[in-house]
Amino acid sequence: MTKSPLVSLSNVGKLYPRLTALNSIDMQLNKGEVLGLFGHNGAGKTTMMKLILGVISPSHGEVNVMGVAPDTKEAWHMREKVGYLPENVSFYEHLTGLEVLTYFAKLKGFSRQESKKHAIALLEQVGVAHAMKRPVKTYSKGMRQRLGLAQAFIGHPKLLLLDEPTVGLDPIATADFYQTVDQLKSQGTSVILCSHVLPGVEQHIDRAMILSSGNMLAMGTLAELRREANLPIKIKPHGLNGALRQDSHLAKYLLNEESIDILTVPDKDKLTTLRQLLAYESISDIDVEKANLEQVYQYYLSQHKDGDQTGNTVKETLS
Amino acid sequence: MSQILAVAGKEFHDGLRNRWLISITIIFAILSIGLTYFGAAASGAVGVTSLSTTVASLASLAVFLIPLIALLLSYDSFVGEQESGTLLLLLTYPISKTQLLIGKFIGQGGIIALATVLGFGSSALILYVQINDVEVLRLFGTFISSAVLLGLSFTAIAYLISLSASEKSKAAGFALIIWFLFALVFDLALLALLVGVEQGVSQQGLTQIMMFSPSDIFRLVNLAGLDSSDVNGALAIAIKSSLSQGQLFSVLLAWVVIPLVGANFIFKKKTL
Repeated sequence: MTKSPLVSLSNVGKLYPRLTALNSIDMQLNKGEVLGLFGHNGAGKTTMMKLILGVISPSHGEVNVMGVAPDTKEAWHMREKVGYLPENVSFYEHLTGLEVLTYFAKLKGFSRQESKKHAIALLEQVGVAHAMKRPVKTYSKGMRQRLGLAQAFIGHPKLLLLDEPTVGLDPIATADFYQTVDQLKSQGTSVILCSHVLPGVEQHIDRAMILSSGNMLAMGTLAELRREANLPIKIKPHGLNGALRQDSHLAKYLLNEESIDILTVPDKDKLTTLRQLLAYESISDIDVEKANLEQVYQYYLSQHKDGDQTGNTVKETLS
Repeated sequence: MSQILAVAGKEFHDGLRNRWLISITIIFAILSIGLTYFGAAASGAVGVTSLSTTVASLASLAVFLIPLIALLLSYDSFVGEQESGTLLLLLTYPISKTQLLIGKFIGQGGIIALATVLGFGSSALILYVQINDVEVLRLFGTFISSAVLLGLSFTAIAYLISLSASEKSKAAGFALIIWFLFALVFDLALLALLVGVEQGVSQQGLTQIMMFSPSDIFRLVNLAGLDSSDVNGALAIAIKSSLSQGQLFSVLLAWVVIPLVGANFIFKKKTL
């Protein structure tokens, strides 16, 4: 049982009459794994989450969550173990935070007393306990988002689907949130999170999937994606005062003629370059910057766009 | 089952919190007590008027008010939650669409039923104390139970609207049109049919056509048992028809169940 993945999608697609929302996706998510889902608006992230939640059925392919197809009646008990934070949800405005959470806890199968106790504990965990007796309409955007997170955490889910979880959160709350994700992960919870906000996500995800207009562009660990993208590393030595321009080995890595000593080096040449730099007596410091998630993301998107354009030209010639 | 009760409880509390229950109850109570005492004011007398006149006036007023209130209470029940995103969220919970629908119906139907019973029941009680006639309880029993069914029927119709509409404002407009159709247009058309088509519609046929409007069934239920001197118009003809109270109540009940089943069907087909 532990060997079989928690979530698996095989050749899954979702077609609407005038739109292909998702195109043959293959994906597996194991217990305790965190998957980041990246893509522009309309890339199919939300559609994929809805398919995993069983709110919609796939046009083709197979979705399997905890051993059942999520859109069938058998998925009943699976739903108790799944938490979902939708994008832009506005809760019942006239209810207090505590009432909202108690209601949802009851729907997850908690008894009246248990649900209230559980709701209070969750509100304390996300830091909205001080405002739990106030109506939701008085909440700030960040507080609403925290309430949404608390809602997703009801019933200690085994699988969490979070759509834009950090939108509206301040940096401290964002850090708190990722800490919670790490904690849940160590308890064996699997998490799928979609985000537009790329910086800060990298340390907390095991694998990333990049989607664009319904197609999966890339999936793998960040290291794998980086290797595949083969993006250069930026090296910035300090204290050389332009000496590099005379160096025949290193000058070719300089970003451009005028740039102050920034080298863009392919991954494989990293160590050689660093050794050469260290040979300089006057060197005072070196900054090494790997391609970040955002650059990796941009790379895959631009690859796809090129592909798209050739596709368009073919279509134009045909018509 | 506990999920259905959780939804019903929330909807019922919403009705309390929004002052729906209290305002509907007060409206019904004032109207019915007012009609009971001042119904005959036009003819120069103030005080408790004849029982059949009171019930007849109450019925012709309730037939406009109850559908309007039920539609107002429930038209945004689903489309509102759809707009705020909570409907999608609810469907990821271990609750089926049918359970959600039934839960909402119990909660909101409970509000309208309780308000009807309390509001009209109060004047029934006052009349009973004044006249001390068991006939009061019998007539008002029929009136209140058919009024509850009428309210539930329009709650179910409101769900049909709420699940078909894509936006809250459209649902509101549509609810208004539905109310107008059942409250006025249907009867006008019926009258036109009677007057315009000579020998066209039999008494039997007319009664059958009236089964297509819950408002008219409600009228039939309440006016059938009264002296015909208090009833006039198209109804007077229909009243002499062969349908029993039991049959009329069953048709009214069907007007609750069928829209509810239809709403459930639409909900099942709906994609979010």
